[in-house]
Amino acid sequence: MTNLYPISLEAGGPTLFQGSEWDFEKLRRVYGAIEEIAVGEMGLDTYPNQIEVITSEQMLDAYASIGLPLMYRHWSFGKRFAREEALYRHGLMGLAYEIVINSSPCISYIMEENSMPMQTLVVAHAAFGHNHFFKNNYLFRQWTDAGGILDYLAFARDYIAHAEERYGVEAVERVLDAAHALMDHGVHRYAKPPKLNLEEERKREEERRTFFETHYDDVWRITTTFGEEKRDPDLEAKKHADIRKALRLPEENLLYFIEKRAPRLEPWQRELVRIVRHISQYFYPQKQTRLMNEGCATFVHYTIVNRLHEKGLISDGALLEILHSHTSVVTQPDFDDPRYNGINPYALGFAMMRDIKRICTEPTDEDREWFPDIAGNNDPYGTLRHAWANYRDESFILQYLSPRLMREFRLFKIADKEGAETLDVTAIHDARGYKEIRAALARHYDLARHEPDIQVKDVDLAGDRCLVLSHAVHDGIPLDEASCNAVLDHVAELWRYGVRLEETDAVTDKVLKTYEEPARR
Amino acid sequence: MNIIDRRPNPKGKSLANRQRFIERAKDEVKRSLVDALKRRKLGDAEGGEKISIPARGIQEPSFQHARRGGNRDYVVPGNKQFVVGDKIERPKGGQGDGRGKAGNSDNGEQDNFEFVLSKEEFLDLFFDDLELPELIKTNLKETEATQLTRAGYSIDGTPANLNLRRTMRNSLARRISLSRPSPSQIDAIRRQLEFARAADDFEGAAQGQHDLEAAERRAKRFAFIDPLDVRYNRFDRVPKPITQAVMFCLMDVSGSMTEAMKDLAKRFFLLLHVFLTKRYKHLDIVFIRHTSNAEEVDEDTFFHSRETGGTIVSTALEEMLRIVKDRYPPGQWNIYAAQASDGDNFSEDGERCAQLLHDELLPMSQYFAYIEVGADATLRHGFPSPPTDLWRTYAEIAPAHSNFALRRVAEPSQIFPVFHELFAKRRDKAA
Repeated sequence: MTNLYPISLEAGGPTLFQGSEWDFEKLRRVYGAIEEIAVGEMGLDTYPNQIEVITSEQMLDAYASIGLPLMYRHWSFGKRFAREEALYRHGLMGLAYEIVINSSPCISYIMEENSMPMQTLVVAHAAFGHNHFFKNNYLFRQWTDAGGILDYLAFARDYIAHAEERYGVEAVERVLDAAHALMDHGVHRYAKPPKLNLEEERKREEERRTFFETHYDDVWRITTTFGEEKRDPDLEAKKHADIRKALRLPEENLLYFIEKRAPRLEPWQRELVRIVRHISQYFYPQKQTRLMNEGCATFVHYTIVNRLHEKGLISDGALLEILHSHTSVVTQPDFDDPRYNGINPYALGFAMMRDIKRICTEPTDEDREWFPDIAGNNDPYGTLRHAWANYRDESFILQYLSPRLMREFRLFKIADKEGAETLDVTAIHDARGYKEIRAALARHYDLARHEPDIQVKDVDLAGDRCLVLSHAVHDGIPLDEASCNAVLDHVAELWRYGVRLEETDAVTDKVLKTYEEPARR
Repeated sequence: MNIIDRRPNPKGKSLANRQRFIERAKDEVKRSLVDALKRRKLGDAEGGEKISIPARGIQEPSFQHARRGGNRDYVVPGNKQFVVGDKIERPKGGQGDGRGKAGNSDNGEQDNFEFVLSKEEFLDLFFDDLELPELIKTNLKETEATQLTRAGYSIDGTPANLNLRRTMRNSLARRISLSRPSPSQIDAIRRQLEFARAADDFEGAAQGQHDLEAAERRAKRFAFIDPLDVRYNRFDRVPKPITQAVMFCLMDVSGSMTEAMKDLAKRFFLLLHVFLTKRYKHLDIVFIRHTSNAEEVDEDTFFHSRETGGTIVSTALEEMLRIVKDRYPPGQWNIYAAQASDGDNFSEDGERCAQLLHDELLPMSQYFAYIEVGADATLRHGFPSPPTDLWRTYAEIAPAHSNFALRRVAEPSQIFPVFHELFAKRRDKAA
C-alpha cells in the first residue's frame, strides 16, 4: 500500500486532524501516517487492511456471533446478544472500540461513536498491532488460514441453513448444542491441521458422504463368537490392541473422534460436528496468545500515537484523550481491590513489551544477567518482532518476564493445599522467588493445564459400544460434577451408545471417580 | 487499505438468533413474566420488560475443573506485606482468593440470566396461548363498515382511475397485430423516397411515394390508442372487520372496597387492557365507578379516590348502558366490560342488575367479565366462602350467556391464572 497522502510530515507541520469529529478523509490521512511509522520505523508486516465502520448496534451483533462477520444461526448467539444488550442498555458495560478478525484482508470493525483520536488509536491498535501479530505469530501461521476463513464461514453458514431446512431446526440444534459443549476439546493440539479451502472443503464433504454411504465400517462388525471356540486371553488382548490402534486411541480431540467414529451419526451430522471443530480450531491460537496479542497491539498503538505526537501530527489534546483510554485499559488492580478480576492481559502484556524494549536499550546489570541474549542489543523492535513471531503466552512469560517487572507488579504466589486451614504464601518478588513465580505464572497460561485434560481412552467394541473417556486429574483437582454430567449427556447424544468418564489420577493411575451416561434409544 | 461504511447495512443480524433463544427459554420467560406483572402499573403496560430467568435451561455446559478441592497455586499482583511462609485466612464462602475464572462467565457462574424483552416480544409471550372468545367472529360478519379494495380492471371508470400501463399494453398489442406502421418506419420510407429523388431514380421515387402514402393512410386508420384499449382500475367494497373496541371498567368504590381489593381489580383491568390493545387498532377505555350512584371518571380518580356511600350496582350498569347508547353504537364498536366488586350490593338491587345484564348489556357486549375480589383473610382459607349477594344474582343468569364470565380472585398471584382461564384457547364454556 502506498501512502496516498504524503503531506508534510516534518515536525511542526499542521496536525492531521482537529477536533473530535471523524470523517473518511481524516481516517485515510491518519492511516497513511500510521502506516509510515508502523512499517517504516517498527518494521511491522501486515495483511492488507480493511476497515469497516459500524454502529453500536452492529457491534452488539458482532459480539453475539463471537466476533465473526458470518456465523451460522444458533440460539446461544441470541443468548449472548440478549445479555450484552441488557448490560449495554443499562450502562453496565461499554462496548469495545474495535473488533479485529484474523483474516486476509484483515477486517477491523470500528465504531462510528468513536471520536477521531479514538479512531486513531483503534487503527493503530487493530489494523497494525493485531494484524501484525496474526500474520506473524507461529501459532496463527500454523493453525489458521487467514485467507480461507471467511469463505469457510460462508460455507458453514449455508450448510447449516440447508441442514435446518432439510432435517428441521431442532435436529440441527441438538447436534450443535452437543458439539458446542465439546468445543474446548475439539482441537488438535499438536498435529498440524490441513489448510482450509472452500472448494476443496465442499468436494471433500461430498466425497466423505459417498464414502460413508458406500462403505461399511469394518470396525463396527459384530464380533460375536459362539460356544466351542476357546477364549484366548492373549489373542483377545492383541485384537483389542489392534482395534485401539486402528482407532488411533487415545485421542484428545473428542470432536474429531466423534466425527470420524461415532457409529450412528448421519453424514450431515458429522459435517456439523466438523464445522464446530474447525471453528474451535480457528480460535485455538487466540486462546493461547491473548496476553501477547493484546500486549503487542497495545504496545504498537502506544508507540505509534507517541510518534505521531512527536512528529506534530496530532495535537496535545488528541494525545491526552488517547492516553486516557490507554491508561484505563492497562490498569492492573491489586488482588485486594474490588475491581480485581485476574491479571489483566492488556496490563501485563503491555508492560512486558515495554520492558523488553527497555532491556534492549537501557539494560541494568540484573537484565544482563537474566537476558544475556537481548540486553543492550539496541534493536528493540527486531527483538519484539522475534518474540511476537515465535512464542505463545506460556513460553513468552517463561522467557521474558523480568525480575524488575515482577517487582513492579508486586507478584506473589500462594498455594492452596487441599485440607489446609490457610493459604500459604510460597514465593514473593525477591531473588529466591523470581523463578518460581515466573514458572507458576507461565503455567497458568498453559491451556493444556488450564482446561481439563480429557481423552478418548477406549471403545468397547465387542460389547455394548460404550465410549470410555478419561480425565487425568492433576494436583487432585477434579471435574465440576454438574457441568460434567451435562456435557456427558451431550456426548451421549452424539455417540448414541453409553458413555463413561473415568477420573484417574495422573500420577498413580488410580480411578478416582466414574461418571456414566446410558445409551440413547 | 480499504475503508468501508457498513452503517447502512441491515441491522438486527442477531434477530433470528434472539428469537431462537427466546423460543428455547419460553417457559422460563413466561414464568418470570407473571412475576414481572406484579410490579407493573397500568400506565407502563406499553413498554418492554426486563426479565430475569434461571439459567438452567439455557446453559451451555463444558468440562470445567471443580471450584474446590485439589492443590492449586495462584500468582497475584499487589503484594503489600506478605513474605514467604505467611499464612492467609481463607476468604469466607469464596473460591481461593477470589480469582475470577477467566472470561468464562457463561458456565454456571450466574444463577440468573437477565435481559430485556422488547414490547412486542413481551406481549407475544404474554398472550401466547390466549385468544378472543370465539363468538366474536360470527359477530364480525354482520358489521356495516366497508373498505375499498383493488379488484382487477374494468373497461369503464373515471379518468382518475385510468390504468396507464394496462392501457398502453393493450394498445401496443393491437398496433402490432394490425401492423400499424410506427413513426420510425414511416421515417425510413420517407428517407428512402428522398434518397431516390436525389438519385433521380424516378421509378423508385414513385414506388416510395406510393409506399409512403399507404403507410400514412394505415397509420391514420388505426388509432394509436383506441377506446377498446382503455382500462381502469376497479375497486370493490369489502366488508371490514371492526377494529375498534371500547373497554368498560366498572368498579365499586364504596367504603367496603379496600386498597388491596382495588389493586387486584386494577391488575385485572390492566391485563384486559393490554390484551385488547394487541388485538384492536383502536381501543377506548371508559372508567365507571359507583357507590350508590355511578359516574364516569378518569383513570386517576378511578383508582385513587375514595367515596363513601352504599352500594347499588345497577347504577353502574345503567351508566354503562347510557354511554354505549350515547357514544359507542354496538354495530361499530366491540364492547368489552370488566366489573370488579367485593360482591356487596343493596339487596333489593339484585333483580334490576340481572335484568339489565340479561336484556341489554350482555346481548350487545363481546364479553363481560365479573371479578369478585375478596380480602385475603376471608378467602385464603376455606375457599369457597359463602357466595355474596351479587355473585348469586349473576350466577343465575350466567348459564344463559356464553359471553359472561364470573371469577373470584383473592391474591395478586391468582390474577394471571384467572385471566388466562378466561381467554385460554379452547376454553370451556364460561362459568
